[in-house]
Amino acid sequence: MLSVITILAYVYLNTSVLLSRQTNETIDAEITGLAEQYRSGGLKMLVRIVTQRSQASRTGGVYLLTMRDGRRLAGNIPGMPPGGTGSDWVEFAFVDPGNVEDGEHIALARRFRLAGGYRLLVGRDIDALQNFNILIRSTFAWALALTLLLGLGGGLLISRNFLARIEQITNTSRTIIAGDLARRIPVIGSNDEIDQLSGSLNDMLDEIELLMAISRQVTDNVAHDLRTPLSRMRARIEDVVRLPRDSDSYREALELTLEDIDRLMGIFNALLSIARIESSVMRDQMASVELSAVLADTVELYEPLAEERSITLRCDIEKELAIHGDRQLLGQAFANLIDNAIKYAPGCEKYGSRANGLTFSIAAQQLDQSVEIILADNGPGIIPDDRERVFSRFVRLEQSRTEPGSGLGLSLVAAVLRLHGGSIRLEDNEPGLRIVINLPTP
Amino acid sequence: MRILIIEDDHEAARYIFKGLGEAGHVVVVEGDGEAGLQIARDEEFDTLIVDRMLPRRDGLSIISILREEGNITPVLILSALGDVDERVKGLRAGGDDYLTKPYAFTELLARIDALTRRRHPEQACTQFSVGDLEIDLLSRNVQRSGKLVNLQPREFRLLEYLMRHAGQVVTRTMLLENVWDYHFDPQTNVIDVHISRLRAKIDRDFHSALLHTVRGAGYMIRDETEATT
Repeated sequence: MLSVITILAYVYLNTSVLLSRQTNETIDAEITGLAEQYRSGGLKMLVRIVTQRSQASRTGGVYLLTMRDGRRLAGNIPGMPPGGTGSDWVEFAFVDPGNVEDGEHIALARRFRLAGGYRLLVGRDIDALQNFNILIRSTFAWALALTLLLGLGGGLLISRNFLARIEQITNTSRTIIAGDLARRIPVIGSNDEIDQLSGSLNDMLDEIELLMAISRQVTDNVAHDLRTPLSRMRARIEDVVRLPRDSDSYREALELTLEDIDRLMGIFNALLSIARIESSVMRDQMASVELSAVLADTVELYEPLAEERSITLRCDIEKELAIHGDRQLLGQAFANLIDNAIKYAPGCEKYGSRANGLTFSIAAQQLDQSVEIILADNGPGIIPDDRERVFSRFVRLEQSRTEPGSGLGLSLVAAVLRLHGGSIRLEDNEPGLRIVINLPTP
Repeated sequence: MRILIIEDDHEAARYIFKGLGEAGHVVVVEGDGEAGLQIARDEEFDTLIVDRMLPRRDGLSIISILREEGNITPVLILSALGDVDERVKGLRAGGDDYLTKPYAFTELLARIDALTRRRHPEQACTQFSVGDLEIDLLSRNVQRSGKLVNLQPREFRLLEYLMRHAGQVVTRTMLLENVWDYHFDPQTNVIDVHISRLRAKIDRDFHSALLHTVRGAGYMIRDETEATT
């Protein structure tokens, strides 16, 4: 606002000063010119020129040449404005004899005494100039008023809109804090900063809601998976202490309880590991890992078990595949995958039984910017609907209920791969399961 | 063996005290870090069992101080912090082995036996024998009753570890840690299958078995005829 005023004032002053200075300079130049004519051509010449110029219509020029006693010799105004005898500047009102109906005009003029007592007056009708000044002043005043009005009004409107939208965000967050996690901040589609802020806040809320849902589901599953062995243990112990038993019964009950406790501890440890891996604190201790060696070690670890169950293990691992990672976690992830394949091979429902004709292959190769590991078997596979689900905690497919396990193996695999910036997907091996893993290389 | 336990959970300390006593060890228990450090400096022990979180002084600083002072008594760290990075911290501070709570007592006992054995000069030895089974680490030869036994590299390392700890219980976790350098529990009994393979090569065709399964604990290589006579 201040800048607008400054600019307008500057323009106004400059224009009016420039215009009036121009007028003064013109008058000065003309007087000098006429004095020159008088000196060279005498009075006659001067009278002729002044008369000529006085008759030139609409130039705005005001002329008067008088004798010593004030009698008019030539010019277009009736007489000298009163006062003054020498050379001076005057401003006076006059009536143009050719345009009487126009009324009084204001003229700015200079009087000049010539040799021989003649007086010459040359001036300009400055009505136009003054009108122009007035016009500029009023135009600028209007512009200023309009700017003020628009600025204030617009600002008020914008800030009211702005504040209303901020208030909407505040209200929405209060509702969410109060427990309504499904509420979202309205996005009006203007794609301005507030809209973008609302959008990201909504995305954040979606993520939080998802995490809450997962954590609720995990809690439910933990409760279920822990309650079952706990109630079993409780029943068993209650049974042996209710009545006096022989020491063999006590021993047997205690040994079974010990096994149950170990299993519970296993579940706890697995859950804690997954939580820790997901919190990414382990990223600090990553180093260069030779993936080929980790894969070979893990395969070698499981090779006798596979052989015992008549599962053919095939290996096609490129040499010197290196990534940035954690050897222990990667080893555990691959161990879980191979373990699953062996455990769920058909004919292996019970530990120690044999699977006939099952082949498990593991291949790894360097791609453009990642290592691709493919683990494939020709076992029962996983139906498409279950392929996402198996990575959730505690999810165990029907066919696997009889095998020992916590339902956390694949969750750990997924967490480890996420920590390494990798991905995993399950595909149909026609028949069987094909696991495709991608790990970025440094 | 004289063993010092620095553990502030009295109940847990009492069980270790009782169990180790029954296994024939002399045990001293201290409940806080400062007192534990003091007695470890003043007296001679074969092994220290140190809990990580202790009142007045934490376990890792006890170990660091003892190591700085030139004390090389083997230390087994007990901790509820079980992740690999915590284990690395413990071993870096000067601990010799790391056991996560809760642990099976048999695991603790087996590890203590392995630790105390470590002090003996046998470490530098390149040949071991149990009964008529011999292993030579330099030529990588294994013989039973004078007959050459052909082992895969991993089977060789498995046998080497068992032979180094002949007469001691070695748990499955210890094998996975020391032979494969993996610090997680495999879900199925993968180790058992490796053992039975090894057993087929060194025991099956001979009159007596040397590689024994210790129920509820692990494995042990031992010449029983020698032990009974």
